[in-house]
Amino acid sequence: MHKFLIRSFVSSLVLIFTLTVAAVAKDVKAAFVYIGPTGDHGWTYQHDVGRKAVEAAGFKTTYVEGVPESADAERVLRQLANSGHDVIFTTSFGYMNPTNKVAKEFPNVKFEHATGYKREHPNVSTYAARFYEGRTILGTIAGTMTKSNVIGYVASFPIPEVIRGINSFTLAAQKVNPNIKTKIVWAFTWYDPGKEAEAAKALIDQGADVIAQHTDSTAIVQIAEKAGVYAFGQASDMDKFAPKAVLTSVENNWGPYYVDRVKAVANGTWSQKDTWHGIGDGMVVISDLDSQMPADLRSKVKKLQADLASGKVHSFTGPIYDQKGNLMVAEGKTADDGMLAGMMTYVKGVEGDIPK
Amino acid sequence: MIKIVKRDQPSRAIFFFTPVLAIFLTLVAGGLIFFILGFKPFEALKFFFIVPIADKYGFSELLLKATPLCLIAIGLSFCFKSNNWNIGAEGQLTFGAIVSGGVALLFYEQEGFYILPIVILAGAIGGMLYASIPAILKTYFNTNEILVSLMLVYVSKLILDYLVVGPWSNPEGFNFPETRQFSDSAKLPLLFEGLRIHAGIFLALAAVVISWFVFYKTYLGFQMKVSGFSLKTAKYAGYKGKKMIILVFLISGACAGLAGVGEITGPIGQLHREISPDYGFTAIIVAFLGRLHPVGIIFASLVVAITYLGAETAQIFMQIPKYTGQVFQGMILFFLLASDYLLFFKIKFIGSKK
Repeated sequence: MHKFLIRSFVSSLVLIFTLTVAAVAKDVKAAFVYIGPTGDHGWTYQHDVGRKAVEAAGFKTTYVEGVPESADAERVLRQLANSGHDVIFTTSFGYMNPTNKVAKEFPNVKFEHATGYKREHPNVSTYAARFYEGRTILGTIAGTMTKSNVIGYVASFPIPEVIRGINSFTLAAQKVNPNIKTKIVWAFTWYDPGKEAEAAKALIDQGADVIAQHTDSTAIVQIAEKAGVYAFGQASDMDKFAPKAVLTSVENNWGPYYVDRVKAVANGTWSQKDTWHGIGDGMVVISDLDSQMPADLRSKVKKLQADLASGKVHSFTGPIYDQKGNLMVAEGKTADDGMLAGMMTYVKGVEGDIPK
Repeated sequence: MIKIVKRDQPSRAIFFFTPVLAIFLTLVAGGLIFFILGFKPFEALKFFFIVPIADKYGFSELLLKATPLCLIAIGLSFCFKSNNWNIGAEGQLTFGAIVSGGVALLFYEQEGFYILPIVILAGAIGGMLYASIPAILKTYFNTNEILVSLMLVYVSKLILDYLVVGPWSNPEGFNFPETRQFSDSAKLPLLFEGLRIHAGIFLALAAVVISWFVFYKTYLGFQMKVSGFSLKTAKYAGYKGKKMIILVFLISGACAGLAGVGEITGPIGQLHREISPDYGFTAIIVAFLGRLHPVGIIFASLVVAITYLGAETAQIFMQIPKYTGQVFQGMILFFLLASDYLLFFKIKFIGSKK
């Protein structure tokens, strides 16, 4: 009798405990701030896919789309922090200063800033993806599939993230085809279908028969489809927008990271960190490979993907030379994260200068 | 039977009544849109127009948002009253911000009471310089100021892009497109601890008072009014049209430039690519909604400012797409233009005769 009482007492304690933990866990609310519309089929769209994964994991979420990086960002962040959100993901570089400013005022709210480098308060983390790993795959495909040996590349802004992508892409393409040239057009926008389309047309006119992009809209793959050249999807699987042109896409897969971080907030284990995940951690995903690609290329790409994931292959393995022929990375060495984070020079084989 | 009759004289009562009518119709149509989208219309309107300004902080944000709109709209009213269609306030804002931001960067990490006045003045001069381009082209080469001022908006944004990406970018900033943060001496002082509302609001209020005085108490105001009604009359009366065109553009540019200064030395504190969510264009709606009258513009800037705040609140609390805010701005202008019909025509109900 005694034993039974004790046992039931203990088990009810356990039950109460589990219920409380569960209740606390479910109460965590996450908010997401987007630069564009959720329907852009690029950057913001993929963040929203990640948000839905957080919802599916049983948490409440809120989002605000189309938040300009002007004085308005700070107000939106403060309002979200004020209205019972425990963790706020700010998904554009321009939110960096407002995020840190508002984080100071709300020490109990966690802030996660994508693609930035400032973590001025203990409640601010940053995260980004190693998209350059995906571009190593795209470069390999582009170098193999091109006939004109001219590859077009629509770039957004001359920041290390984008320069790194161009370099990683070009290095991979040269490896399979030493004769290729990468031609860059700077669109100076992340999302502007009109400008992106103009840039793609200009590159096709210059003889490019494969177009890569580091901007977010589907305009470029659609132009490529019309012109009968190849292209790659950016951020999301863009195959359905240009089934003939798109050979594969590099997808931004934020869901696992978001679920992880929101769970950490719920469990009280969240701590500040700087995350930079690639193919291995599943933050960068390669979409299905198009059947227009020869079978041996497809198996080669599959193997490369596995090697990048395991770390056997690094996108920046020496010898790497810059445009003037100076050694950037010595033979047998790989570029470290510090070098990658500040990369502001083109490698050999890229045409033109970085806009200054 | 209903008959539409032309009025002998535009009705003055209706002139000030139509903006109110336009806002009312926007609310009705907005409620209807919410209903169609599957939201409770009254709740949605509450989150749109009441919740955002229900507390002290919210109200201060409303004033912060309304300040640049009011300032630019006051400037534009000088142009619009005198038949000069300056559509490029956004460009004048941007160029003003560029010049004042450049000066603020010159004083990087320097302190001194004299810095802020220089920075503010630089912004006004920048806006004036930029506005003088369409003005001079119009007076001396007879170009269309609508086209020139509008196109210069894009030019100014490209100049800003170039500067923040290249020569002015923060040397410690990993080449991201932004400048350093301005020093505190180059920033407008905050009015209250913990709120973002800054001294820029006094610039807007000063503009309101000055414009009222100019419009209604000076010969220049009278000349502008006459030119607005009829350019030919103004010519017969011997007014110096060219001088006036340049003057109103300069005033308008200065106001827009000051609005740019308010943003970058107020809540933003640096230059980057997005310093204005198209205040220069939205202010056109504000100017017309306020009937080009200084007091009307104050109210209009508050009404339009709230559509920005409300759109955010409605998305956070009710998941209503944020772009509804722009729909509201569009509807206000549409209903205003539509109800202006009543200025010149009246509707007569005529009993059917047997």
